Parts: sequence; C-alpha cells; structure tokens
Amino acid sequence: MKEKLHQLKLKYQGKKMAPAFNALHTFLYTPNETTHSGGHIRGADDLKRTMNTVIMALVPCLLFGMFNAGYQHYSAINGFPENFDLFQHFLTWDNFLVGITTVLPLVIVSYGVGLAIEFLFAVIKGHEVEEGYLVTGMLVPLIVPVDTPLWMLAVAVVFGVVIGKEVFGGTGMNILNPALTIRAFLFFAYPTWMSGDKVWVHGAKDGLTQAGSTDAISGETVLGYLAQGNTDTGYSLADMFYGFIPGSVGETSTLLIVLGGLFLIFSKIASWRIMLSAVLGSLAMGLIFNGIVDAGWLPEYSKFYTLMSFPYWQHLLVGGLIFGIVFMATDPVTGSQTNKGKWIYGFLIGFMSVMIRVFNPGYPEGVFLAILLMNVFAPTIDHYVIKGNIKKRMKRLKTATIYPKTSDEEVDTLKTETA
Amino acid sequence: MALLSKKDSNLILDPLADNNPITIQVLGICSALAITAELKASVVMAISVLFVLGVGNVVISLLRNVIPAKIRIIVQLVVVAALVIIVDQVLKAFAYELSKTLSVFVGLIITNCIIMGRFEAFALGNGPWKSFLDGIGNALGYGVILIIVGFFRELLGSGTLFGIKVLGDPVAKTGLYALGYENNGFMIIPPAALIVVGIIIWVQRSRNRALIEEA
Repeated sequence: MKEKLHQLKLKYQGKKMAPAFNALHTFLYTPNETTHSGGHIRGADDLKRTMNTVIMALVPCLLFGMFNAGYQHYSAINGFPENFDLFQHFLTWDNFLVGITTVLPLVIVSYGVGLAIEFLFAVIKGHEVEEGYLVTGMLVPLIVPVDTPLWMLAVAVVFGVVIGKEVFGGTGMNILNPALTIRAFLFFAYPTWMSGDKVWVHGAKDGLTQAGSTDAISGETVLGYLAQGNTDTGYSLADMFYGFIPGSVGETSTLLIVLGGLFLIFSKIASWRIMLSAVLGSLAMGLIFNGIVDAGWLPEYSKFYTLMSFPYWQHLLVGGLIFGIVFMATDPVTGSQTNKGKWIYGFLIGFMSVMIRVFNPGYPEGVFLAILLMNVFAPTIDHYVIKGNIKKRMKRLKTATIYPKTSDEEVDTLKTETA
Repeated sequence: MALLSKKDSNLILDPLADNNPITIQVLGICSALAITAELKASVVMAISVLFVLGVGNVVISLLRNVIPAKIRIIVQLVVVAALVIIVDQVLKAFAYELSKTLSVFVGLIITNCIIMGRFEAFALGNGPWKSFLDGIGNALGYGVILIIVGFFRELLGSGTLFGIKVLGDPVAKTGLYALGYENNGFMIIPPAALIVVGIIIWVQRSRNRALIEEA
C-alpha cells in the first residue's frame, strides 16, 4: 500500500491534482522523499504533529460539550436534578445521543467545508495543502451555540477561510484567527442565532416546552442572566467550574480547558506567557470594576451594575474567556512573537475581554472581539518591542568603555620600547 | 463612421475597467461604503455623481484658461458645490424619502475625491468634449461598482432588490425563507461593503494580472 502510494505520487507529480493527493498521502504516511542537498535534521514535531496535539487537547472539551448538550436539553425540559450525580445525570447515553446528533454534524460541516476550500485553493495555487485548517475546524464547532443551523455554519466557514486566511496567502500568513473570524461573522450576520436565551439549549429555538407545562424552555448563559440585572444565576461555583452551565458547545468546562491548557504548555505548543498574562489582564479589569462598585461610584440602577459587581475571578469561570485564552489567544500565527510582546498582547486580551463583556449592550461576551482586535495589533506590539530592544543595545554600546587587554608584562615591554 | 474616435471611446471605457476609480485608484470609497446597503440608493448616487462630474468637468474645462492657478481649488469647489446643491434640491423635491436615506452623503459628493481628482487631472488640461467624456466615463466606472456592491448587499442583507422581496417574505416565511434561510445582517453594516469591494478588486486583478502592483 505504502509503496504503491509512493509510486502513484511520482506518476502524478506536477499534475493539477497533485497537491490534493499529497495532502492525503502525507496525512497517512511519512513521505519517502529525502532532502536533496546536504544533511538536515528533521524534527518530529512538524505542522501536522503540532496541530494534532492541539486537537488532542480539544477532544475532552468536545466530548464534554456533547454530554452537556444533552444534559442542558433534558434539564430545561424536566428541571435540574436535585441530587446531582455525575454518572446518573450527566454521563448518560440519553445525553450523549442528543450531543452526538447535534454536535457531530457541526464538526462534520466545519471540517467538510473548510477542508474542501483548502483543497480547492491548494489546487488553484499549485501549492501543497496546508494543515492550518485542522485546528480551526475543531475550534469552530466548539465556539458556536449547539443549534446553529448547518448552512449558516457552512457560509461562515467559507467566509472565514477565504477572507480570513486564503486572501492573505494561507496558513501562516493570516492576520486574524480564522476560527474567530468565523465566529465574528456568525455573530454579526445572524445575531438572533448567536445570542439571547433561546440558542444555548438544544430545542429551545423550536419551541419545545417544559414537561407538564406550556412554558417554552429556555436557557440563558450566566453572563446573560447578569446582563439582564439578575444577581442570582442559580448555578453554583462548582457548576461553573466543571461546566454544567449553558453556553457554546465546548466553552463551558473550565476544568477541562485548564487541563487542555496545561497539556499544551507542557508539550510547549502554546505560550504560557500569553495564557498567564491574559488571565492577569482579565483579573485586573475585573478588580477595577469591582473597585468601582465597592467605592459606590456606580448607582445600583445602572445597567452595568450586576456585571460590574460580578466577583472578578468568576469571570474566568463563565463564558468563553478561558477557552479563548487557552486555545485562541495562543495561536502562534496571529499572536505576538516576542516574549515581551506576548506579555503585553495577552494582558490586553484579558483586560479588554472583560471590558467588552461588561459594556457590550447587545451580547454579554467579548473574548472573541478582544482577541481579533489584538490580532490586528500584534505586529505593532512586536515592532515596538524589537525597536525598544535595538535602542537599549545601541545605548549600551555607546556608554560602554572598551579597555585594551594588556597584561602587566606587555605594559612593561611597551614602556621600554617608548622610553 | 464610428460615433467616437478610438481615443475618445477609451476615455469612457478605461475608467469602467482597467482604470476604475474605486477598484484601481481606490477613490470615493467613503460613499461606496456608506450608501450601498440598498440598490436604489446606489443607483441614485451613481446618477447624481454622473451629473455632477459630467457637467462639472465641462464647466472647469471651459474656464481652464481663466482660472488663476493659485485659487483653482476654490473655484473647483464652488462649481461642485453649485452642482451638488442642484442635485440635492431635485432629490428633496421629487424623491424625498430617498434623499433622507442618502442624507448627508449627497452633500458629501463635494468632497468625493473622484470629482476633484478628475478636475485637477483632466479637465484643467483638456477641451470640453474630451472632459465631458472623461467625466462620464469616470462617473460610470464609479457607478458600476456602486451598483454591483449595492446589488449584493441588498440581496444578501435584506433579501430584496429595489425594495422588491425577491427571495420571499422573511416574516411570513415564504420562498427561500420557508427553507430556513435568513438574511445576513453582516451585509447591512458598512464594513461588508469594504469586503465586497475587496472581492471585486481580487476578481479584477486575477483576471488581468497586469494590474497587480509590484510588491
């Protein structure tokens, strides 16, 4: 099989469909090609390996999202179970069945459409297919509401991949994170499907009713509740941390996201500097808001009151903040490259996410907008960090005094010579 | 006998494609972003600019030998302003609703770079007939892009063309909407025009590679 594929590859070399064939070929096997000149060390962690590592970190979130889709669905109909038991109420076949019928199509559409475009552009450009979509395709279903219509997702994926990535030259050349471009497109194009209290629970949009009543089911995110002026969301801190709350498919479980993040840090795929500084940034903004409320500068009737008085560290437990920080902000292509730049970039992402979250009147979430904004500024940050470094070194060079290296003996001989 | 000589017809045809004021010279972007959410507004805007640029170019061309060079910008502004006021008044009289949609952007034709650009670059140095053709050509080039952008933005953003519901009724769920189709709210907001114009530029340059600048 392997040999045959190698032969096929040689046969079709230079043909139009060669890139498409090579993409499948190298996905399954290591190519038999060796470097043509000189000896090279070939690292095992190529782009595909990197991408697959991130996907492995995302799989727990995806599985959790499937179970949570079912759990939220049945809880909205029957009410939340009183004595919650993980195996009895959450990890059940019923929940998984709902999850797999709602979430799996999202994954399939995301990958199918996205990879089709990647292949198309590879053939047009006559370039090898780039692996960049592997992670994007996994991220996209995790950051949309569970009932997003599939055609909308397909349109958004086309837009995100073509406008967000291919026009700039493909993987590695894009300014904006493609997954977030897709999310932002959906948010601006179809706001009724992306916000409100009807989109986070499977079936709510179709008008399913609660068991034994005519009330339609609904499920508001924690931030949604707060934005409407409620102080009690009905979810405990543990619920928020483990992720038994409504939200986009994969963003709810802080625990699994943090585990995924640690995995990425220890495998050195993602930058811990960005993650840490983004967390610090969000805490800082949260503290400022809490401080304003504590100081009594904000009247209680203000529409920002409940969101601003939300304890600063709990911002990390709800919504997409931690998911964005771990999996989106750390994108090595669109983020800052310099170490100092990473600190600034991450800090501002966290800082602005919480700010947009509180002040956005239409939709109480801001992490995707904050990351896209900082994507745009990342090259500027790097530019000034590098310039600052050059300046510092120039200054050091100017003030440095260079001593001639002469030993005592030489000094004596020099003296005698001049005397 | 051809109606126009080859040179003259190029004055009209060039700005329509290979020297388009919007997609090649990137002028007049502001109004292209602001008023193209509806096809009707795009068409009216295109006609207004056609009138202002066609007549303005002739007037400036006739005056070209008497305008002192030092104050030529002021003279040009007076001419455009006078023409724009005429357009504005006509719109207010005969298409009041539309003039409200276009609002300040009719007045802003005065500052449309295409107009001042053609005055400066062409009308000041050429005779009235040629200037007229140049004005018409550039205004048409501008109008064509406006109408293309307006077409896509209204069709995808509101599901209508000239206000006619071509895709069915979104409230009563008929036509495409019965299948679950929804209007794309992104196309309504001005940044969408930037992306549509960008795609036009992309298509144009990949068809004619001579237009691609050296990096």
